[in-house]
Amino acid sequence: MKTQRIRIHFSKTKSMQYTGHLDLRRAWVRTFRRANLALSYSQGYTPRPQLNMAAPLPLGFLSTGEIGDFWLEDHYPMNTIQKSLQDALPPGLRINHLKEVSDIHGDKLPNLVRSALYHVSFFSVVSDLDQHLQDILHQEQIKRERKGKSYDLRPLIYSLEVIPPGGEAKQLVEMHLSHLPGATGRPDEVIRELGVDPNHTQICRKKIILET
Amino acid sequence: MKPTAIQRELDKILPLVKKPGRYTGGELNQVVKGWEKTTTHLALLFPEVYDLGMSNLGWMVLYDMINQRPDLLAERAFLPWTDMIKAMRDAQIPLYSLETKHALMDFDIIGVSLPYETIYTNFLTALDLANIPLDSRRRKEDQPLIIAGGHATFNPEPVAPFIDAFVIGEGEEVILEIADAYQKWKRSGALKNTLLQSLNGINGVYVPSFYRPIYNHDGTFSHLKKRNPSAKDRIQKRITAKLPPPPTNLIVPYIDIVHNRAPVEIMRGCTRGCRFCHAGFVNRPVRERPVQQIVESMEKIVSKTGFSEVGLLSLSSSDYTNIVELVNAAQSAFDEKQLAISLPSLRIESISDSLIDALAEKRRSGFTLAPEAGTARLRNLINKPISDQQILQTAREIFKREWHTIKLYFMIGFPSEVMSDIKAIAELSKAVRDVGEKVIGRRAKVHASVSTFVPKPHTPFQWVPCLEERQIQEKIEYLQEELRGWGLKLNWNDPQNTIHEAWLSRGDRRMAEVILRVHEKGGMFDAWQEHFDFQTWLDAFQETGLDPAFYAHRARAQDESFPWDHIDIGVQKSFLQEEYKWSKEGKTRPDCREQCYACGVLSAYNQRRRMHPGEHWMCPEVRSSKHPSRKPQKGQKIQDTSHENPTD
Repeated sequence: MKTQRIRIHFSKTKSMQYTGHLDLRRAWVRTFRRANLALSYSQGYTPRPQLNMAAPLPLGFLSTGEIGDFWLEDHYPMNTIQKSLQDALPPGLRINHLKEVSDIHGDKLPNLVRSALYHVSFFSVVSDLDQHLQDILHQEQIKRERKGKSYDLRPLIYSLEVIPPGGEAKQLVEMHLSHLPGATGRPDEVIRELGVDPNHTQICRKKIILET
Repeated sequence: MKPTAIQRELDKILPLVKKPGRYTGGELNQVVKGWEKTTTHLALLFPEVYDLGMSNLGWMVLYDMINQRPDLLAERAFLPWTDMIKAMRDAQIPLYSLETKHALMDFDIIGVSLPYETIYTNFLTALDLANIPLDSRRRKEDQPLIIAGGHATFNPEPVAPFIDAFVIGEGEEVILEIADAYQKWKRSGALKNTLLQSLNGINGVYVPSFYRPIYNHDGTFSHLKKRNPSAKDRIQKRITAKLPPPPTNLIVPYIDIVHNRAPVEIMRGCTRGCRFCHAGFVNRPVRERPVQQIVESMEKIVSKTGFSEVGLLSLSSSDYTNIVELVNAAQSAFDEKQLAISLPSLRIESISDSLIDALAEKRRSGFTLAPEAGTARLRNLINKPISDQQILQTAREIFKREWHTIKLYFMIGFPSEVMSDIKAIAELSKAVRDVGEKVIGRRAKVHASVSTFVPKPHTPFQWVPCLEERQIQEKIEYLQEELRGWGLKLNWNDPQNTIHEAWLSRGDRRMAEVILRVHEKGGMFDAWQEHFDFQTWLDAFQETGLDPAFYAHRARAQDESFPWDHIDIGVQKSFLQEEYKWSKEGKTRPDCREQCYACGVLSAYNQRRRMHPGEHWMCPEVRSSKHPSRKPQKGQKIQDTSHENPTD
């Protein structure tokens, strides 16, 4: 039985950079099991643990802004949950904060996602980067093809901005992109539009913006 | 290449390869120790892709043991998949350890797992990728010591030129002795040959360069000639007299792997004596872990790893003395945590109704039974005497408890097999299905899985020829014809894979040249259908002038000396000979838990047993004076004198 719903804001760090979406779910299920917190399971022949990620993170992306909902079988005090999970996390996951969601059966996370904020680190200098970004923003339409389907990238871009880089990055761009059903902007597509191979960049999702 | 440089290059190529999660390390419970703070560094190399290697229990036990010693460090390495091998070669990244990204070349010792023969070319590929010379004689003084162990090394000869020292048998104790010897040698500053000399002095360690094989004019093996006066006559396998608690701090992979579960070995060895079964002979004697210890370990594993499935492993789980008690205890301990318990390797005659009941709660997709042969006659011959009636009765009990699918494992190619034995496989499968129909109607399904028998060293069938490709093909086609109808499914092994395994299993040291040539032609991942290339192997045989049929399809004379005769598994060759004779006479040998039949293991390890007494050891006590036990005096080393000495 779903007794308690908690929402965890977390980071996916380098150790788990190449852990896919399904494997990430399993990593969380194992974390709860180690923490001795009983996740609620679905009914039926093959019961599944009840958890929900706001938006799948593509393989290779890092993130400091992931969100997941987890339903527990029993009710625990929030500080117990926080402490137990903290001790049980694998190297690639970090909890930023967590809270209880009072509406246990309310809207699922994926339906609440509106947009996402990304930071893209470029490892080699793109000349006139700012100008390139402005050019993209000034276009009315950007026809691109993905998995054999043609689509318009432009309306999926909310903003593109050069910001001061850190670490090994030569340049850093903040991208605010749409994340709606059937209308999700991918940062790697924007990077390709800049004429850069996304493999020469590091993409980090900073934030998932939910409907308020 | 330094670890930082390797990491930097990896960051560039990982986005470009399939399943990069195989190559990063960094999983929960991996052990990272200070490189500088530890004296001796061991790399545990499992020369298969991560997804497979991470499911293997062998290296996990050693990893745990070595890393518990403060002065030692053990890290993992697997063979990258072909795309990554290419990417690494292009970027000049050597094979590295997952934990700290040190090049394998920088380790003191590389311990290689060789659990089966089809991994040999992978092993050479891994060494090559590590920039380590393959031939042990070409390795420099400052290059890593290469040691190997695992089931395949009970016949070490086909890979002997590539290995500095083999560990024959169980590695738990000997690995630390090897590390000690290494440290002592390192401090002494002596040449590597001194190290080999000292390794040779450790029980269970075989230094192949101390011997040279001599062959007869007809190409058969004659004997090993000692090249070093201290070389041992025979190498007796090492055993762990009492199994220590199983490792619980298991590494939790981030990506999905073949067996994504926690393995717990409940028992080692098997007393049934199926005459085709390599594991059944080389792993004697049977030693069990206590129920309490297993359940406690499972609890630790769940809290340390969070695995949702535990595999209770052994060669024959239903023969574990307190199996029902174990399964019930495990299930009552974990019910709430949704822990699945898998129990592979159940024997038909020892599956009780209460065991099926206990398992029914955690019902899985299919229940597997292994009759091995279609007729009672052949089952007697291989010493797996089960009646059709027993099989059908067990199947009925399984179907009654709501399993819909029964998988049946069969083998073809046993000695004296005729077409009616093959037909019986189809008939038995149908009979099981019909039993199912009576219980659950047409939902009942039977999957027959048919492999071809490969004669293995150290078994009663080590004298027997393997079927030829054409014969295997014929039998499989016949089965395809016969095994048709609703609810039936058949799968089978490619005959060429069988023959490949047959060459390597009973190979001698000359076979190393063939393996090397296949490697040089780019051969690797031979256990993978999409990579195995039969023709490359045939070409390599031709170039070396060796006849593949000589190894696979030749019946051996009773008195033939085998290239693996110097490896002493405790079971005497004369016992294997008698078993072979009995098989031809249709005589069966009962389970030796009840009564000792003097295979040799008990007398070989009598002293070890006396030092570790207790119920865990499942050989019965033998007090009869007729029993050929050679009672050694205290402190006297047990020497097996009943065998002809191959180096004489």
